[in-house]
Amino acid sequence: MTDVLDPPILAQPGDHGHAHEGPTGILKWLTTTDHKIIGLSYTVTSVIMMVIGGALAEIIRAQLTSSNNSLVSLAQYNELFTMHGSVMIYLFAGPFAFGGLANILVPIQIGAPDMAFPRLNALSYWLYLMGSITMLMGFFTAGGAANFGWVAYAPLSNSINTPGAGADLWIAGLLLTGFSAIFTGVNLTATIFYLRAPGMTMFRMPIFTWNMLVTAILILLAFPVLTAGLIMLYCDRHFGTHIFSVQGGGVPVLWQHIFWFWGHPEVYILALPFFGMVTEIIPVFSRKPVFGYKGMVFATMTIGALSLGVWAHHMFTTGVVLLPFFSIMSFLIAVPTGIKFFNWIGTMWRGEIWFSTAMLMAIGFLFTFLVGGITGIYLASPPIDFFTHDTYFVVAHFHSIVMALVLGAMGGLYYWGPKITGYLLNETIGKMQFWFLFIGIQVFTFPMYLLGLRGMPRRVAAYPLHPSWQTLNELSTVGAVMIGVSTVLFMVNIGYSWKKYPAGDNPWDGHTLEWFTTSPPPHHNFYRLPRIRSERPTWDYNHPDRPAKAHGHHDNQDEVPVV
Amino acid sequence: MRTLVLSLVARSTAFLHGLAGLVTSEPFALHSRETDSDASLFRGLDTHHSVKSSTKLLERILNRRRLWCRVRRVVALPIAALALAGCTVPTFGAAPGVTTSSRSAYHLWQGFSIGAALIGSLVVVLILWTMVFHRRKGDNIPEQSQYHIPLELTYVIVPILIVIGLFAWTMVVENQEVANPKTSVTINVNAFQWGWKFTYPGQDVVVIGQTTQNPEMVMPVNENVHINLTSTDVIHSFYVHDFNFSRLALPGVLNQFTFRAVNTGTFQSQCSEICGLYHSLMYFRVKVVTRPQYEVWLESKANAGVAQASRITNNQQTSSVVPTKLTKSKGDN
Repeated sequence: MTDVLDPPILAQPGDHGHAHEGPTGILKWLTTTDHKIIGLSYTVTSVIMMVIGGALAEIIRAQLTSSNNSLVSLAQYNELFTMHGSVMIYLFAGPFAFGGLANILVPIQIGAPDMAFPRLNALSYWLYLMGSITMLMGFFTAGGAANFGWVAYAPLSNSINTPGAGADLWIAGLLLTGFSAIFTGVNLTATIFYLRAPGMTMFRMPIFTWNMLVTAILILLAFPVLTAGLIMLYCDRHFGTHIFSVQGGGVPVLWQHIFWFWGHPEVYILALPFFGMVTEIIPVFSRKPVFGYKGMVFATMTIGALSLGVWAHHMFTTGVVLLPFFSIMSFLIAVPTGIKFFNWIGTMWRGEIWFSTAMLMAIGFLFTFLVGGITGIYLASPPIDFFTHDTYFVVAHFHSIVMALVLGAMGGLYYWGPKITGYLLNETIGKMQFWFLFIGIQVFTFPMYLLGLRGMPRRVAAYPLHPSWQTLNELSTVGAVMIGVSTVLFMVNIGYSWKKYPAGDNPWDGHTLEWFTTSPPPHHNFYRLPRIRSERPTWDYNHPDRPAKAHGHHDNQDEVPVV
Repeated sequence: MRTLVLSLVARSTAFLHGLAGLVTSEPFALHSRETDSDASLFRGLDTHHSVKSSTKLLERILNRRRLWCRVRRVVALPIAALALAGCTVPTFGAAPGVTTSSRSAYHLWQGFSIGAALIGSLVVVLILWTMVFHRRKGDNIPEQSQYHIPLELTYVIVPILIVIGLFAWTMVVENQEVANPKTSVTINVNAFQWGWKFTYPGQDVVVIGQTTQNPEMVMPVNENVHINLTSTDVIHSFYVHDFNFSRLALPGVLNQFTFRAVNTGTFQSQCSEICGLYHSLMYFRVKVVTRPQYEVWLESKANAGVAQASRITNNQQTSSVVPTKLTKSKGDN
């Protein structure tokens, strides 16, 4: 116990205030290169995007409540689902994870003072904001926003079939946010490789940081492909090239290859950060180390590697891809995901589980992701994919996945929000929010699975020949409204808890370095650092007599812990 | 027949009840007793070093017994479910469809669903178990166990085996589905914004129609029908729900596949890939008839077909067939 030294003080609370005197107020937000402030800007912007995307979703669900509804026109409906998907995937889920929480947390979790390239980091944010505004501006053009689905399949996305400026703004916005993602990927990779504190070896990094490293590498491998594809698409639209047009000797399916070569790694670029968040929340609220830490890291790497070889499972029904290869690769990706599941359960097993809002969200993530993951295994099988592809079954599958990610995101906000702001959120409202969200998600997705199996195709504004689909659609809309209510409750909670419950440095008895510094952390994150001798430096400092044990070792109070 | 099924169901339900009773009542009672004794006995003794080793041994034995009870519970329930499933395999939401390959795809679906139900319920039970029995009761810190290599290897190897099994079955069904048997009828299907053209080569028969005109593709039952699928403009999808099948119609690509319908009937179908404004209404029907009916139909169409086809092609330019209710909107022009 005496082996743990009190960490030397590196700086005094007053020091940085003088050394880094800069602008305050709005100018601070505009000119900052501090990763925490940029990260907070990212988080707030992306949550606003989530609200916009959610509002679009509610209109879509309202339109589908009757078989031949005229709430919106066919043209408007196409814009709605295109922009809903685009906003949620390009502007919310990714930027929230790798621009928002990762930007704030990764430097603190590895004991670094900032990101490796702070100005590049600021550029990332401004590109992202401008890209988001550019894409949404499509709604204000004469022809309306982009309307070819978030996947923009050629030749529907060419200048003959989609002539409007909305489509161009969509491409431009996506290019800008794509570059912002690439720069963040560069920044995260450099930060994690070069700025770790003394003692923070790779295998002592928190799982969230590990997942962000794999995510950043995937971004670097996948996003440039999308950027290239978008430039080709733009050239086809405006400069007379024929890369994707049959008339000029081009190949439309090439767009699908390019898009999904980015698009499937993108699924894991979205998912891995949230896996990481859940893997941070579960051990803390179970008061145990992550079960199978190294297995978890290897599972993440395996997912990252396999995700680059499964893109054509989105193209089984094109009839022009090699089915068995992409089928077995897609099946195999279930294995590392399964490993993660059992490791999460192993972490909770015989723990002391504290059902805080963050933990409830994480457990809700487990259940919802389980449904989405299992239905994903069906889709890896081409004969089953042939009759579920492009139906509501697929819609339900990936909404189970992404809504699980939303649960993870909310868990992350309840867990790290106090660190970022210094104040806790109200737990009672938080739990209400959880139940609305969790039950809402299930009520929302389960009817869609059944609708898909009964033959309802996706992206239809009406189903006049199938009035029998109406009841299930209504049920799904009820779920969507419940999810909307949960979002409102979240906003209410922020307003209600505003600077009400001071959090202190370590409200959850956390494991990792961010819980060692103040809430919110000072300018360069740390006044002092503990000795880093495991992946739980803060826990080791607070509980020097309770280090992690491998299998077969039992607690023995007499033994001097090896620190 | 009906009574037989009912009695079977009743018997299996009783069997399940019995099994559940057998599984739950006794070990549950045993288990709770153990937990109580565990709590009262060992917590007090924990500080006495002299008795520690003997209590540890006792604890380990009890733990092992408790674990065995849990294992029995976890294993027996799926077996009971399987026994029940043996009588009538549920549809799990899908339908067998009316072609040979739709049926094998459906059986594959059922197999996957049984596997999914078993694995899914195992995971759910494990999560619920730890949520109920390992929730925080005080301020004590649990044992900080982190690795258990044999267990971790188990849940690497077993899923790989499961996945290989699923893949093998998939390959069997898929090879049937993409096989190229000898066919007696060929139909050229051409998709366009927003309708379908069905051409019967060598028969002088063309069926064409758009959106809610709901054109009909007629094919004979119990014969292999070869489809040549193309698209004129953007990507569409030839999706026949009752055949459990869809295939994209790609411009510049000839997609070929074969159906063998085993039932007659008319099957409502539609495009399933977003293809522009009237995607929602790009309907068609597949009508499976007997061979004589098919020949009569071909003959009637061959006489009237050409004139009708040209008339509808003219309609296509004016697009007057789109329902008025859905056209009142911006961006239709």
